[in-house]
Amino acid sequence: MPITLERLSKRFGRFAALDDVSLTIEDGELLALLGPSGSGKTTLLRILAGLDVPDAGSGPVDFGDGGDRADERRVGFVFQHYALFQHMTVFDNVAFGLTVRPRRVRPEREEIHDRVHKLLRLVQLDALAHRYPNQLSGGQRQRVALARALAVEPRVLLLDEPFGALDARVRKELRAWLRRLHAEIGVTSVLVTHDQEEALEVADRVVVMNQGRIEQVGTPDEVFHHPASEFVMSFLGDVNRFHGRISNGKVQVEELGAAVPLEATSASADGVNARVFMRPHDLTVARDDDGAGQPSFSATIVRVNAAGPSVRIELENAAGGALHATLSADELARDQLAVGDRVQVTPRRMRVFTDPTPVGTDGKGGA
Amino acid sequence: MSGDHTSHPGRHRLGEPRWVRWSLIGFTVVSLALLLLLPLVSIFSEALARGFGAFAESFSDPAARSAMRLTLLVAAIAVPANVAFGICAAWAIARFDFRGKTLLTALIDLPLAVSPVVSGLVYVLLFGLQGWLGPFLARHDIQIIFAVPGIVLATIFVTFPYVARELIPVMEEQGREQEEAARLLGAGGWQILWRVTLPRVKWALLHGVVLCNARAMGEFGAVSVVSGHIRGKTNTLPLHVEILYNEYNTVAAFAVASSLAILALVTLVLKTWVERRAERAQEEAARLEDQAGREEVVYAHHA
Repeated sequence: MPITLERLSKRFGRFAALDDVSLTIEDGELLALLGPSGSGKTTLLRILAGLDVPDAGSGPVDFGDGGDRADERRVGFVFQHYALFQHMTVFDNVAFGLTVRPRRVRPEREEIHDRVHKLLRLVQLDALAHRYPNQLSGGQRQRVALARALAVEPRVLLLDEPFGALDARVRKELRAWLRRLHAEIGVTSVLVTHDQEEALEVADRVVVMNQGRIEQVGTPDEVFHHPASEFVMSFLGDVNRFHGRISNGKVQVEELGAAVPLEATSASADGVNARVFMRPHDLTVARDDDGAGQPSFSATIVRVNAAGPSVRIELENAAGGALHATLSADELARDQLAVGDRVQVTPRRMRVFTDPTPVGTDGKGGA
Repeated sequence: MSGDHTSHPGRHRLGEPRWVRWSLIGFTVVSLALLLLLPLVSIFSEALARGFGAFAESFSDPAARSAMRLTLLVAAIAVPANVAFGICAAWAIARFDFRGKTLLTALIDLPLAVSPVVSGLVYVLLFGLQGWLGPFLARHDIQIIFAVPGIVLATIFVTFPYVARELIPVMEEQGREQEEAARLLGAGGWQILWRVTLPRVKWALLHGVVLCNARAMGEFGAVSVVSGHIRGKTNTLPLHVEILYNEYNTVAAFAVASSLAILALVTLVLKTWVERRAERAQEEAARLEDQAGREEVVYAHHA
């Protein structure tokens, strides 16, 4: 049964944390709520958990047998800072959700024992059952927190920036592990993160949020390659952004001295303001124009940083504006590009976002 | 630490010159000896001035025994009552946001700010014969002032802040997450209190209890106003000491006083012990954390 949220709003004082948000969470999927801080993603998660109550709209009041109280909803919640019970062993932490049940629905002691150890094997911590949380590493603690959340057999598993407090290497490992775990147990999961790489790598679907609203919902592939808004475009990875104005069915980007073809979906009335986005890895940098008829523009190389798997080149266009491109080390070597070189930049792909209505055409371009 | 520095006399040291250090330390030690240690010694020397027999006899006096019983009774009621109040107040202040929270926090400190005599007088004004509730109480034959209930109430009032003040900062620092986690796992309010909240604040709670108990047994001013000084009935130990002293029964007065002094010393030892246990628990946690951090590095290398 999918979880449906309809027209949720939540304010904290004058700050609108959630503004008329509707969302359907499909059964068994791993959904990522992605956005900058203050975008409302954590508020949405806390409403799902029953920790916060929306001011307006209807949420999932009933995940289990009970009503809308947090303790009756059968949700598993994993906190960013683990929130493990410091004075209990790993075993007791995981068993907590079972041992606090009223006697008539509490499993037998042996059953609790078996279930806890089964979960600990699942998170690969069976050998550490007798340890206390502060005897564990950050990654181990978060796995205990996950086992503890799963012990109550939740209808939905909620993860609030679960890897945010871990260092980069452990985070990457746990991400892949979470992906495998989700495939294995298939529980509907909602993950909150501000790390686009994490969301795109782990989730089945990504919900991009900004200022209390949903900007776009889609698979990682959809949101990355077909961003629905300028915000999504610039939040999911690096971009170069230019202002232009539509004229004769093309976007004139004065800064680059180039005209960019419009997409069919864009408004095309003359005089409409437009923004052109180019991802650094979609730019071809070469000594000469390859002559393929693509719009291109000239620029000067200001800085070359070859550390890492790809080379990052900072450029200055004819009007003095900055942009950057990434290319492979091979490409760099082939053309023997160096600082100070004048080069021709050809965007292989770009996105144009236009204003819906034209602005006054006073003849002088530029936004 | 200072040992490390003084073992290198040639090295230039940061900080105050030696004579400043020694005169500060010397001044503190001398004033402590004059103001605190000397009186303590004199209590015991006066108490034992006519030998151990006279000292011991002071405690077999029925009035002294009754005073001791009353003091223990009052503490046995006031301390648990304030533990309950303290936990409630600390929970409310640390866990919820509500209107008037600042005012409530300030009110908790009120008993520390007003003179104990005033605290006692407030109860006389409330429950005394001429007080607001006096006629009502008289009609129902309930005696509060000049009786044990009044003493208990006054003691609870003056000892009110001790437990709450110990708990609030600790609970505020710990945050709400673990309790939220417990709630989401299905725990009810009492289960959260007993299984999550209290185990985490036990050292602060014990510290508060020790201080609260010491004050409850030693309180003079507030209790003096409401007690009526009825020998063998409404006299607590501190009041009994005063009566004996006013009767020029110096040995007995100091003997009973010495029992209060011993209580003070026991409190100090307990307090220090609790503080060190709490500190050690924290150090242990930090040490284990450190170790776990190192293990993670190893784990990362193997992975």
